[in-house]
Amino acid sequence: MNSSIKNALTFSTVEPSGGLRAAMDKGRAEIIAEVRASGIRGRGGAGFPTSVKWNLAAAAKSDRKFVVCNADEGEPGTFKDRVILSEYAGLVFDGMTIAAYAIGATTGILYLRAEYTYLREHLEKVLAERRAKGLLGQGVCGKDDFELDIQIRMGAGAYICGEETALIESMEGQRGEPRNRPPFPVDTGFTGRPTAVNNVETLAWVACIFARGADWFKSVGTGKSAGLKLFSVSGDCKAPGVYEFPMGITVASLLEAVGGQDAKAVQIGGASGYCVPAGEFTRTIAYEDIATGGSIIVIGRERDMLKVAENFMEFFADESCGQCTPCRLGNGKLLEGIHLLQQGRCSMQYLRELCSLGETMQLASKCGLGQSSPNALLSIVKHFQSEIMGRIPAAAAAARE
Amino acid sequence: MIRLTIDYREVQARPGQTIMEAALAAGIEVPHLCHDPRLSPVGACRLCQVHVGGIDRAPVLACITQASEGMTVITESPELAARRKAILELLLSEHRVACTTCDADGGCVLQDLAYRYGADEWLYGAYQHGEPVALNYTSENRGIEYDAEKCVRCGRCVRFCDEVQMASAITFDGRGIAMKVNTAHGRPLHQSDCELCGGCIRVCPTGAMRERAAMGLGRAKDLAAVRTTCTYCGVGCQMDLQVNRRLNRIVRVTSAPGLPVNDGHLCVKGHFGFEFVNSPERLTDPLIREGDGFRTASWDEAIGLVGSRLRQIRDRGGPEALAFMSSCRCTNEENYLMQKLARAAASTNNVDQCATTCHAPTVAGLAAAFGSGAMTNSTREIRDCRVMFVIGCNATEAHPIVGLEMKRALRSGATLIVCDPRRTWLADHAHIFIQHRPGSDNMLINAMMSHIVGQGLYDRKFVAERCEDFDAFREGLGGYTVEKAARYCGVEPGLIRQAAELYARGAPSGIFYTLGITEHSCGTDNVKNLANLAMLCGQIGKPSSGINPLRGQNNVQGGCDMGAMPHRLPGYQDWKDPVSREKFQKAWGVKLPENSGGRVTHFIERAGNGEVKALYVMGEDPVMSEPNQTKVIAHLRKLDFLVCQEIFMSETARLAHVILPGACFAEKDGTFTCSERRVQRIRRAVAPPGRARPDWEILCSVSTAMGYPMNYPGPAEVFAELASLMPSYAGMNYARLEGDGLQWPCPTAEHPGTRFLHEGKFTRGKGLFHSIAFQPQKEEPDAEYPLILSTGRTLYHYNVGTMTRRMAVATQKQPRNFVEIHEDAAARYGIRDGQEVVVRSRRGRTTARAAVGRKVRPDTIWMPFHFVEESANALTIDAFDPVTATAEYKCCAARIEPSGPPEAASRQQPSR
Repeated sequence: MNSSIKNALTFSTVEPSGGLRAAMDKGRAEIIAEVRASGIRGRGGAGFPTSVKWNLAAAAKSDRKFVVCNADEGEPGTFKDRVILSEYAGLVFDGMTIAAYAIGATTGILYLRAEYTYLREHLEKVLAERRAKGLLGQGVCGKDDFELDIQIRMGAGAYICGEETALIESMEGQRGEPRNRPPFPVDTGFTGRPTAVNNVETLAWVACIFARGADWFKSVGTGKSAGLKLFSVSGDCKAPGVYEFPMGITVASLLEAVGGQDAKAVQIGGASGYCVPAGEFTRTIAYEDIATGGSIIVIGRERDMLKVAENFMEFFADESCGQCTPCRLGNGKLLEGIHLLQQGRCSMQYLRELCSLGETMQLASKCGLGQSSPNALLSIVKHFQSEIMGRIPAAAAAARE
Repeated sequence: MIRLTIDYREVQARPGQTIMEAALAAGIEVPHLCHDPRLSPVGACRLCQVHVGGIDRAPVLACITQASEGMTVITESPELAARRKAILELLLSEHRVACTTCDADGGCVLQDLAYRYGADEWLYGAYQHGEPVALNYTSENRGIEYDAEKCVRCGRCVRFCDEVQMASAITFDGRGIAMKVNTAHGRPLHQSDCELCGGCIRVCPTGAMRERAAMGLGRAKDLAAVRTTCTYCGVGCQMDLQVNRRLNRIVRVTSAPGLPVNDGHLCVKGHFGFEFVNSPERLTDPLIREGDGFRTASWDEAIGLVGSRLRQIRDRGGPEALAFMSSCRCTNEENYLMQKLARAAASTNNVDQCATTCHAPTVAGLAAAFGSGAMTNSTREIRDCRVMFVIGCNATEAHPIVGLEMKRALRSGATLIVCDPRRTWLADHAHIFIQHRPGSDNMLINAMMSHIVGQGLYDRKFVAERCEDFDAFREGLGGYTVEKAARYCGVEPGLIRQAAELYARGAPSGIFYTLGITEHSCGTDNVKNLANLAMLCGQIGKPSSGINPLRGQNNVQGGCDMGAMPHRLPGYQDWKDPVSREKFQKAWGVKLPENSGGRVTHFIERAGNGEVKALYVMGEDPVMSEPNQTKVIAHLRKLDFLVCQEIFMSETARLAHVILPGACFAEKDGTFTCSERRVQRIRRAVAPPGRARPDWEILCSVSTAMGYPMNYPGPAEVFAELASLMPSYAGMNYARLEGDGLQWPCPTAEHPGTRFLHEGKFTRGKGLFHSIAFQPQKEEPDAEYPLILSTGRTLYHYNVGTMTRRMAVATQKQPRNFVEIHEDAAARYGIRDGQEVVVRSRRGRTTARAAVGRKVRPDTIWMPFHFVEESANALTIDAFDPVTATAEYKCCAARIEPSGPPEAASRQQPSR
């Protein structure tokens, strides 16, 4: 058992290819109906209903369609997909196969982040076994009208390629830059053809849903956020690692489970997510409250929040693809602002400019990277005002008087 | 049409248009940096955010949001202004604001927008110089300079290079703030796939991409734009010469999207090829021969001498002793005056121009088949072709803007068939590429037609209703089976069948050809056979469907239109036809000559045997352009009197008795007629150097000195006279030619001009089929000269190089002559890429560097003819088309041998 896994995972109890065989007994429409009944939403963090995505891709007319597994797990603090791919790859491929059948795709592609190159050999072996067993190729699971092969494409180390349209550009051999939407990938995706892009975890849960039934999945979680979810927990806690919790868990209960009750704050959703202060630990982790792809970074009492913000902004300034103005330049200016704060050279006026810049980035950036990269800084400024104001000479002097 | 409201105004949009396109069309300026109407929208700058459906709604981008029925759009609000200001301030933090020393000052979109929104360039502190960026992929380039510190990363240049030019030479390198424009691996631009079209400069919204040579010669706001027509090939691109009046100097060339022929695109020659105008080597004074050299003379003396000598020679030797070479480089007005000088003042039909060298078979062949010889479609129609049949035509190099239209058609899914002995860019991107043996065109075309007839794929209705002599033609196809042709041409028979079927079935199909068809001893036959193919399939007389000779020189169409050729009066009116003769005799007040006259080729021959004693050459260089150079020089030396009207001391001018300094295209007014029959204005932008004069003025003076006075206030009046005598130009005048010009035929003052020819009826009534028997080339390879030598043009140089060899950009890219040879042949002769070689034919020898690759066939070598010191025409054969006396530049026998150590790799051929 992988030492990163900290509590019992459902994945370890589901027989690989079991879900697939169950799904293959159903018709295409039935499969999508079952997925809809389960209520599963995208586990990459955006939470788009999986059945809606599949329905759109199934309805699109084309000579060829694709299913893509987004294994470009690049959000800081996320590593659950790595565990899934190394331990439960069969479930992921089951999910891809079910998706391909449902939408009418004949090619599946797993886009693997460059840092996971070491997993490739293992994954290729799993694929070879599946080909040998008739789970891939002509007549998958004995179904004459279903042909599928799955290939692996490697990323080259860019965070932005986790964004599905940049991922598609990258797979096409272009610079990894996001596309304008619409058109969406379900309509115009890889090589201009309908493409369903799903997260590693989503696909693995799909396999479980067909093994156990939609009702089983729906029975946990909240009304809008059904099912179980894997979390990558890191930072100032006693037992960092991969956990499985039901959706809708409160931040407090999660912290208790991982031994991080004393935290000053928790960064949920990675660098582009939200910094939740201790006062809001009663909030729930669910699409209707705090949505996340599963990154939980516990921030201890002794941490300097400005340092946390600096760490995130350094990441974004480096990872911005550079295509759109607000993101290319804004992240750098926010980082410079943090440095000015650290040096005690930032005025209140300039801090307001920075916050306004952050809002411009949220509203005007082309893709999720620039739209969410200011979140961490803005929420830290909002929730840890005293820590920030202490760095502004005039404000600090006023506070002392 | 879709109706929507933008800023409380109702505007219309076509389905699929974006809000940006609808707004710009309605004259509403939505701020933008990355949008260009010719490029795919990218949404990078984020400046064009607008409100849709109310000011309280989250903004959307105008450049990527489609307009829809009933949409209400607001393009300005306090919120939008604040966002735009914020984005501009970010850009100003990255952009080295140096407007005081920037050439783009007054022509910079960033500057305008920063002013409009009051963006603070100091918000983020003083500009931080990053890594040194002065050294980059353009540092060694003599044409283009990229300044990353002024770049706003809008990506217009990268998208232009990728989408429009399809060169993909530049890309964004790096990411985030470190992102900048670069070539692959930072290779120097002139060693990359860059075609130096200057598109990156033309689309750049700031001063980041600019012409190195223009630096310091004037800011955008110091320059005046003069709209004119390009002086290189016959495509007829419209461009703006940006002139610094104080310096009397063209500083740069720009163009504008939306222009009818070129949509703002230019090629390397159009964009950079004006250095010659300001060259210190320009002729500035009339020169009279004195011993081995020349002395400066006054205009009076020079004109007096020319007038008296020509009169003398005519009076003694008869009008046949005089011959006049007009020039396709000159204006319609000048060509008209030149033939008038010959016919009215000198009483001879000995007048011709370089069409004989290139497209005379087109004029003869298409006139025989259809009744008029010109491109039947318009350049703009190419984008709508579904099948393009391109034969003997390297459009992306010789007619680059037509090449762009073909690329555009390719991008929108057209099928491309290329037949060419060379693997050109188009061949590389073709669906069917037939690399046939040089000179085997009629074998190939006959076999295609034989297959089309055999399969019943021809257009029976069209043939029956619109054409004549089909049965004889059909019989003539008898012996030309696909297998036989495949064997002779050296290609797969299946390819011939596929090409024939695709062409016949295309809806629509267009034929495009150039000198690969005409410059053969069977050139006129080749053209007639392409006409057969078009008629057979009914692929003519429709939009985007027809037969399209791409003319090589800026005004070769006009030169022919003007009757600067022996057998045709202006407007292709027959010189023997009594009605036409009477019209011209009345207008000119003279009796027209009775002699049948001769072609350029004949002038050279007759100079040798003493029949022609005086030759007047305007703007041509037959020593460089005619085949068998040694013989041409020997014959010209025998002339009693040679006059050259030139802008440079050409190789022919060196032999002259009198040299008259003319004005180039930028120094005079007039009109050019381009390939698509569009008559367009050229306009004086700068004054001619020294005492040089516009050529029309010189011709009038000479005629007057010969005793036939010509007086015109200006070119407009010359044009009025020629239009009054030419039915196809009758509806044109300078006022109507303002704007986009007019396409002939334009018979009346109300006629809008003609987009494509032969709709419903051919000019001659019925289309005439000609049965064409295959004729092999005149000089077949043998043991002594085992290779076929073909000659042609490159992208970077133009004809005899007078202009482009003075162009820094072109000479850097292509400094000297080269010979393309297949790698197998090269191995056989022990030749390596870049090596010095000697090429010999029965007529002479020349040197060049070997360019080894797979561009030519193993039995063929290919050389450009632009290089005076390594002249390909020392080798070419003086074998001629019997109808038009056009030389067989495309085929002669030659051999090649290594003569020195290899230099650096040639870089003339892609490695594939």
